[in-house]
Amino acid sequence: MATLNSNIPSGPLTAKWTKHRFESKLVNPASKRKYKVIVIGAGLAGASASATLADLGYQVENFVFHDSPRRAHSIAAQGGINAAKNYQNDGDSVHRLFYDTIKGGDFRAREANVHRLAEVSVQIIDQCAAQGVPFAREYGGLLDNRSFGGAQVSRTFYARGQTGQQLLVGAYSALSRQIGLGGVKSYTHAEMLDLVVVDGHAKGVIVRNLQTGEITRHGADAIVLATGGYGNVFNLSTYARGSNATAIWRAYRRGACLANPCYTQIHPTCIPVSGDYQSKLTLMSESLRNDGRIWVPKKQADRRQPHEIPEDERDYYLERMYRAFGNLAPRDIASRAAKQVCDEGRGVGDTGLGVYLDFSESIQRLGEEKVRERYGNLFSIYQEITAEDAYKTPMRIYPAVHYTMGGLWVDYNLMSNIPGLFVLGEANFSDHGANRLGASALMQGLADGYFVLPGTLSNYLATQKPENRVKTEHAAFREADASVRQSLKRMLERKGKRTPASFHKELGKILWDQCGMARNKAGLEKAIQKTAALREEYDENINVTGDGGEWNQALEQAGRVADFIELGELMCRDALHREESCGGHFREEYQYTAADPETQQGLVNPGDVRRDDERFAYVAAWEYSGTKQAPTLNKEPLVYEEVHMTTRSYK
Amino acid sequence: MKVRLKVWRQKNSGTAGAFQTYETPDLNPNMSFLEMLDVINEQLAGRGEEPIAFDHDCREGICGTCSLVIDGKPHGPHHGIATCQTYMRSFKEGDEIVVEPFRARAFPLIKDLVVSRKAFDTIMQAGGFITVRAGSPPDANAILVPKEDSDLAMDAAQCIGCGACVAACRNASAMLFVAAKVSHLGLLPQGQPERHARVKNMVEAMDAAGFGNCSVTGACEAVCPKSISIDFIARMNRDYAVALLKGDAKESASGAG
Repeated sequence: MATLNSNIPSGPLTAKWTKHRFESKLVNPASKRKYKVIVIGAGLAGASASATLADLGYQVENFVFHDSPRRAHSIAAQGGINAAKNYQNDGDSVHRLFYDTIKGGDFRAREANVHRLAEVSVQIIDQCAAQGVPFAREYGGLLDNRSFGGAQVSRTFYARGQTGQQLLVGAYSALSRQIGLGGVKSYTHAEMLDLVVVDGHAKGVIVRNLQTGEITRHGADAIVLATGGYGNVFNLSTYARGSNATAIWRAYRRGACLANPCYTQIHPTCIPVSGDYQSKLTLMSESLRNDGRIWVPKKQADRRQPHEIPEDERDYYLERMYRAFGNLAPRDIASRAAKQVCDEGRGVGDTGLGVYLDFSESIQRLGEEKVRERYGNLFSIYQEITAEDAYKTPMRIYPAVHYTMGGLWVDYNLMSNIPGLFVLGEANFSDHGANRLGASALMQGLADGYFVLPGTLSNYLATQKPENRVKTEHAAFREADASVRQSLKRMLERKGKRTPASFHKELGKILWDQCGMARNKAGLEKAIQKTAALREEYDENINVTGDGGEWNQALEQAGRVADFIELGELMCRDALHREESCGGHFREEYQYTAADPETQQGLVNPGDVRRDDERFAYVAAWEYSGTKQAPTLNKEPLVYEEVHMTTRSYK
Repeated sequence: MKVRLKVWRQKNSGTAGAFQTYETPDLNPNMSFLEMLDVINEQLAGRGEEPIAFDHDCREGICGTCSLVIDGKPHGPHHGIATCQTYMRSFKEGDEIVVEPFRARAFPLIKDLVVSRKAFDTIMQAGGFITVRAGSPPDANAILVPKEDSDLAMDAAQCIGCGACVAACRNASAMLFVAAKVSHLGLLPQGQPERHARVKNMVEAMDAAGFGNCSVTGACEAVCPKSISIDFIARMNRDYAVALLKGDAKESASGAG
């Protein structure tokens, strides 16, 4: 069994972070340059951490599989970043952002981490504005805000529909500066394929150069994974095609616990699937729900064009079901509602898997020009993909896999259960519970990289002696190196009949059907068998063309798909064991019915998720026990010191 | 629909390349261009042949990873979008489509349609930033930025670093890329202290990387997936001239803060 000590500081919630920083061990300025830190990934979390650690004086090595440290999928975030600035004077505060996030996560996040996130959110905006991130502004020169799902205040900062890109370019420019100064050594086209653990501590990585196929060993005093989420396990998702789980999965296989893997976010507003050739799904920013109204026909199988359906035959179902939040209900709720109306046969479009997002009312109210100013780029993306003009006819949208709240388990210092291994951003599990609110992913990535890790890393480093750093000739490095080479060789030599892409597609379908928006015991049990069988078939039947000593995209994909299959099985196990519904994890067996008192009091609707705090108020941290062995379940109880777990109501 | 592809195949920069022709199976016109390449690659892999190497990632026009020169035009037939946002309905049944890599001396070829755009990172490292340390900035609203300046900075900041401007330019110039960055930061009050050092260092790094000069054909703007205006090149040239006149930029930039 792994030891899970959350290391949450004692004392009142609002004082914990300040107290922790004071009580943390420090490394003096002259010693910092002796320490070496490896950071894997250069999205918001990885780039901001690399730049900031180098600013502090540590020697940093940064690795990305991309051709440049500016490409990570943080770049695709459209809508914005939350911060408790209360610039709008509309009642926001650190406590409100904290509470909205905890409630949005359906009381399954760690209280102290979320409070810290809300606290540092204000510094993130200062940092990014100073870097030259061109946030939207008002005519007086002040920063503008918009509202987002799951909140009743306007606390979201944005840069047109490209907030993620602008924040990432900000972090990338800070990173570039440090690369230029020699504070960071940057490796591109460099994929981490294994973690090296020496005497129980993370001390290095094995990396493959994607251009030359060369395998190299890299040692350091601490390893930081900022490698993003694993939503591509579903094959079809809003993730970039290259986004993968390999770094966190290989760390899992070396002993790092993977927490709450079944918590996945299905985003309500994506362009519906059109055919089985499709390689990815495209998100339409949640900000559209500020001015767009979501509806379906009241009648089943109503094939009329949207403009032919009169107002009184339309069901604005979110406004009907969740009056207080309406179209701005949190993502998990909006997605499930869309699935529900489509399951009732009221979906629109050729496949019947779609709902309308209608701007006609706001175009009337604000004028087309204003709507164009706010959402113009999103409307053109929509038109490119669907060849439809959303100014004239409502958009068709459907939920799609978008984010994973689960990830490697970390303590308050963002250190995993393997000492010396730190995990940031979407790759860790800590801040979003069972559902993430919109505009909070950018906030968490940057909080972790600019502020949290730079404040906690020294706690660990101060216990390590850089002069004793293990050499890469150490047996643990040799073993990891050999195992990477062996696994690449096996894939290349198998010469079976099926491509990595065909395995990925099959896996995606199993998971979407059984471990997607609705899950049940029988389906999950079936999916566990199917994924295990798929993994076996993979070993027998994988076909990878080309060789290992050159640029070989099939080989890259093959390794990632193998990891996805194993991870998919673990997700199903986690979903099966969690006999409750919470946030994005909806078990059909556990939902509110019309007879429940909460429904009768008007807090929830029949069909809403039903938590079981008595049995499941814990983090499920899964521990690897060997190939084809059932993993071990470790539990970290969620102890809420100040917030009460209540029924999550948006009505 | 079916089309015929003439694709540039080249094992690596050390060997000669050549076009190869592929007939596609029946395609759905709603497929993206890259999904069409996926389909061909699955076929090739099924026959034990090596798939066509091409760069891609986000497939929604924002990461700047995808490239390709399609029928002579970087990022394909449409204005203001990237290759990954190009759909097969833009082509006709029976078309022969020529697909090549971005070609420029400063972008050495890696394989088939994949080139290295590392030179862009090198230029950024020379000055594409505002020096700011986490923890030190003032409150974000303490820096007032007129909306017009902020909007114009945002127009420049949209650059996705894809390199199409270089591929389209007869001199393989990176002026639009550099101008976009220089203008984005130079238009904002936060960017003023390093403004002249920045432009000087970035232009020098651009020249050193082997990019050509600008002869104002406007080809870069025409293929830019974010439609970045060549007006920014004029702005950069002005800043560069001032930086040269000031003459002391080098020293203040060397420490970069």
